[in-house]
Amino acid sequence: MSLPPPRRHATPLSRSPEVRPPERQCLPTVARRDSAMVGGGGGVGGGILENANPLIYERSGERPVTAGEEDEQVPDSIDAREIFDLIRSINDPEHPLTLEELNVVEQVRVQVSDPESTVAVAFTPTIPHCSMATLIGLSIKVKLLRSLPQRFKMDVHITPGTHASEHAVNKQLADKERVAAALENTHLLEVVNQCLSARS
Amino acid sequence: MAAAAALEAVAPTGALWGLVHDFVMGQQEGPADQVAADVKSGSYTVLQVVEALGSSLENPEPRTRARGIQLLSQVLLHCHSLLLEKEVVHLILFYENRLKDHHLVIPSVLQGLRALSMCVALPPGLAVSVLKAIFQEVHVQSLPQVDRHTVYSIITNFMQTREEELKGLGADFTFGFIQVMDGEKDPRNLLVAFCIVHDLISRDYSLGPFVEELFEVTSCYFPIDFTPPPNDPHGIQREDLILSLRAVLASTPRFAEFLLPLLIEKVDSEILSAKLDSLQTLTACCAVYGQKELKDFLPSLWASIRREVFQTASERVEAEGLTALHSLTACLSCSVLRADDEDLLDSFLNNILQDCRHHLCEPDMKLVWPSTKLLQAAAGASARACDHITSNVLPLLLEQFHKHNQSNQRRTILEMMLGFLKLQQKWGYEDKDEQPLSGFKDQLCSLVFMNLTDPSTQLQLVGIRMLTVLGAQPDLLSSGDLELAVGHLYRLSFLEEESQSCVAAMEASGTLATLYPVAFSSHLVPKLAEELHVGESDLARGDGPTKCSRHLRCLQALSAVSTHPSIVKKTLPLLLQHLWQMDKGNVVTGSSEVIAVCQSLQQVAEKCQQDPASCWYFHQTAVPCLLALAVQASMPEKEPSVLRKVLLEDEVLAAMVSVIGTATTHLSPDLAAQSVARIVPLFLDGNISFLPENSFPCRFQPFQGGSPGQRRLVALLMAFVCSLPRNVEIPQLNQLMRELLELSCCHSCPFSSTAAAKCFAGLLNKHPAGQQLDEFIQLAMDKVETGLGSGPYSVQAFTLLLWVTKALVLRYHPRSSCLTDRLMGLLSDPELGPAAADGFSLLMSDCSDVLTRAGHAEVRIMFRQRFFTDNVPALVQGFHAAPQDVKPNYLKGLSHVLNRLPKPVLLPELPTLLSLLLEALSCPDCVVQLSTLSCLQPLLLEAPQVMSLHIDTLVTKFLNLSSSPSMAVRIAALQCMHALTRLPTPVLLPYKPQVIRALAKPLDDKKRLVRKEAVSARGEWFLLGSPGS
Repeated sequence: MSLPPPRRHATPLSRSPEVRPPERQCLPTVARRDSAMVGGGGGVGGGILENANPLIYERSGERPVTAGEEDEQVPDSIDAREIFDLIRSINDPEHPLTLEELNVVEQVRVQVSDPESTVAVAFTPTIPHCSMATLIGLSIKVKLLRSLPQRFKMDVHITPGTHASEHAVNKQLADKERVAAALENTHLLEVVNQCLSARS
Repeated sequence: MAAAAALEAVAPTGALWGLVHDFVMGQQEGPADQVAADVKSGSYTVLQVVEALGSSLENPEPRTRARGIQLLSQVLLHCHSLLLEKEVVHLILFYENRLKDHHLVIPSVLQGLRALSMCVALPPGLAVSVLKAIFQEVHVQSLPQVDRHTVYSIITNFMQTREEELKGLGADFTFGFIQVMDGEKDPRNLLVAFCIVHDLISRDYSLGPFVEELFEVTSCYFPIDFTPPPNDPHGIQREDLILSLRAVLASTPRFAEFLLPLLIEKVDSEILSAKLDSLQTLTACCAVYGQKELKDFLPSLWASIRREVFQTASERVEAEGLTALHSLTACLSCSVLRADDEDLLDSFLNNILQDCRHHLCEPDMKLVWPSTKLLQAAAGASARACDHITSNVLPLLLEQFHKHNQSNQRRTILEMMLGFLKLQQKWGYEDKDEQPLSGFKDQLCSLVFMNLTDPSTQLQLVGIRMLTVLGAQPDLLSSGDLELAVGHLYRLSFLEEESQSCVAAMEASGTLATLYPVAFSSHLVPKLAEELHVGESDLARGDGPTKCSRHLRCLQALSAVSTHPSIVKKTLPLLLQHLWQMDKGNVVTGSSEVIAVCQSLQQVAEKCQQDPASCWYFHQTAVPCLLALAVQASMPEKEPSVLRKVLLEDEVLAAMVSVIGTATTHLSPDLAAQSVARIVPLFLDGNISFLPENSFPCRFQPFQGGSPGQRRLVALLMAFVCSLPRNVEIPQLNQLMRELLELSCCHSCPFSSTAAAKCFAGLLNKHPAGQQLDEFIQLAMDKVETGLGSGPYSVQAFTLLLWVTKALVLRYHPRSSCLTDRLMGLLSDPELGPAAADGFSLLMSDCSDVLTRAGHAEVRIMFRQRFFTDNVPALVQGFHAAPQDVKPNYLKGLSHVLNRLPKPVLLPELPTLLSLLLEALSCPDCVVQLSTLSCLQPLLLEAPQVMSLHIDTLVTKFLNLSSSPSMAVRIAALQCMHALTRLPTPVLLPYKPQVIRALAKPLDDKKRLVRKEAVSARGEWFLLGSPGS
């Protein structure tokens, strides 16, 4: 923390003893370091990241639009790439990177069947003790809930063998009531929304 | 006489006493201005005013004294320029003395002193005495804001006019001022105070022992923490304060020892704005600091910058950190050193290298790019820094490249290397031996060639970019390197599948060909010529699609490399010859083949435009050749060859039109005149003498009853005459115009009549105003009316009307309004109505072949706005008056006009038009729906307040259209739903549940493109009013 600088004082001058009129303020004042509104605290900036130098993977490009997709008549079924496109741009809660760039989600770990209305997504935390695993899972789940037709039954889980508390996390993510309750929690919802917002 | 004057003087003096009494005792404000005006006009002297005030200035009641002095001060503020030196001396003595008076009096005293501080007649010494008095008698910070401002004004005034005297005060002045501003909080006053401090420093006033005090009294505001209130009448922004404080802090190296620790502390803080401000201030400081000031803080500064760039989530912090590092390095690079000083640049750069090097060896990890950016920011600061870093990093990266085998790792390493190579271009090296890259040249070249042969497209692409960068270094590549490079580029241009590398290789060929024309014309062009020749025989055999695409590539490569005049001289004949071969060889050729050659020719023409000689060469060579081919094709034959028919197809002619147009627009007027004297007679008189092969079986008479094929060639005439510079005179113009009119409304194919109408319109647009122009317009109108009256030619007459209207609208011709009215009348025509509605789209859009700015047409910049203001009220009125079945025509016309209008023009008109647009959303016509949606979408983004009023209708209609049978409408409607989220959140929240429910349906749309829009729209609606969004 920063200490206020030593104060110097203007020599009090002899003057008439009347009370001065109080100052009428038209504008908010500018805070001085030694006044009540301290500008910026000191300390170590940013906090320490759990994994400061993670592996970065390449982003896949935009899905090219095919002639079939532009044809009014041809129906396009929901496929793994489409699901992957929904979740790949989710922001990591810690890094200014997407889940795709951190290889947390991969297209091969998306299983989807449009006729059976099922989708399963496995995600891989960057380190086995990642404390953000539940939050990442929740973000994926929420993104799918918001983006897929209601008929879909969805399963979001950790890639087997990649996290210390895999089962506990999977259980939480599969529990509808818990997910609903988590989204009632303002703080959690805030973090999830940040992960789902388009990066500015 | 004298008595009269005295009398006159007495009478107004009496009046003065009255005024003074009214002001002082009567508490009226008006008399002060009156007295000031009278003094200014010379009716009274200041002395008389003082005499009239007399008793009130000595009144025992402080309020009365204050009032008296206030009057005097107000008079002085108006009349300080009239004062005599003697008067000034007395007034100053009086006012200085009054500073000791009651606090009620002080504000008026300060006003008086401010007036006197502006006085030219102020004798030397008094400024200092006034300031001393103020410093001693007034506790400035306990005064109200206005009076503190007055004190700052007095100081500013004296600093502007009495600099030398003030400097005589020495450091006392600085100390006095420090006491005056210590504790200031008002932003208005701070702006002035910062300005004074800046002047103190920059004008070299003595700071004496008070450097640290002066720093403290200003730096205590850093970083600025201020939020202007809403509707602030003073308009002071946070940014204003930041900039003026930064100017103070960064104004002198003497603050360095205090400022740098403060900056380091604030960079380390957790507040984003503090980090940014500190980094920016550091950058500003580097402009005045030297090595001496920075020396002790370099390790901490580097540590802070490194941490910010490595860890930040904010791109702005990263960018500012890199800029600061750049400035620090630049500062160290150009500091003047004493003989015994150690040069810190090298050790600073070594620090950076040490901390960043090892990250460069891990091309998969996150920190590889931040490290590279840091090194490149430092290397970009000076030639020395660049040299130092490059000579360390390049060998490392070369080694790392060979250590890593995966192509994505190699690609990252190459991208890094590319950045360092590009930095070299910033510094020009006079001597080839000095060039730091020359030592690595062979290694770099073999690396590039290795990647150009790698199967990975990504590596090929980086390799190509690297080759371009190396090529841009003067005198680096040897002729052997170039020959190899050309070979690789040739090979890559013809790669089987990967079009990305082909495109990049061709682009690189074009760029490098401008630098090394000889290498390319001797090594690449012959190979392409051979390829083209092989292609001809392949085509003759009608070989498969792969050959075909190879042939297309060859054409593209030929145009891509034509970036130098000497190369054009080789490639253009090749392309033209190729056309002749196709014509002669009875080759089975599709129209696509000819179009490809034309596109290639057009690209060459574009590249020639900037060089007048090249441009004329192209025109002179290509245009007669194309005309000859076309004329020959139009000749009646017993057994018409396939190609001949192909050459007359709409698309092929359109491709030729763009070649001829591009080859004509940049001609100089005298050369254009030479050309026009040959081409117009060709069409009017059949004069074929200038065509390269001109033995035809019969005459060429496109206008006088020639074959339908010949008439189609009027399009080529149009391409030429409508692209000419405006001052080129066209021979036989009168005859030409009449023939064009005739052709535009006769019984022929739509292609030729439209071409004739466009050609007529293009010439009309450029024709100078006058009798002849009026005649042409009248002729056209007569033709249109006759045509519209009689059945068979009404469509042609309508097309003519449309193009003539466009020609005149573009140049603001007065007749354009009656033509537009005629067009608008046709909207309710049962047959021509829909065509008339679409015609508005043509009127408002830019054409590609005629009436273009590039083709020297007269296009007034505001024509769309003007058309809008002139015609939209009539369109709206027409809509309301029209019978139900033709209403869509009006809506369509209107939406075409609105769609093309610049949004700033449209916004103010919105309230009147919006109801109509909303009605248009219910119109069953898909085109109207689509164009209305695309018109509303930007308005939602740009005028959310106006749109908010219609939220209910908008939500309902957009949701309805999101289930339209047309995919394009569904997509546009969902994009509008997305854009709706830009409206103020409180307006939207009541609709949120309904919208989210409704948008679940398009999530299951059968088309993926629709689902995509639904997902992004629904996602945004979810975020509305939710935390974290």
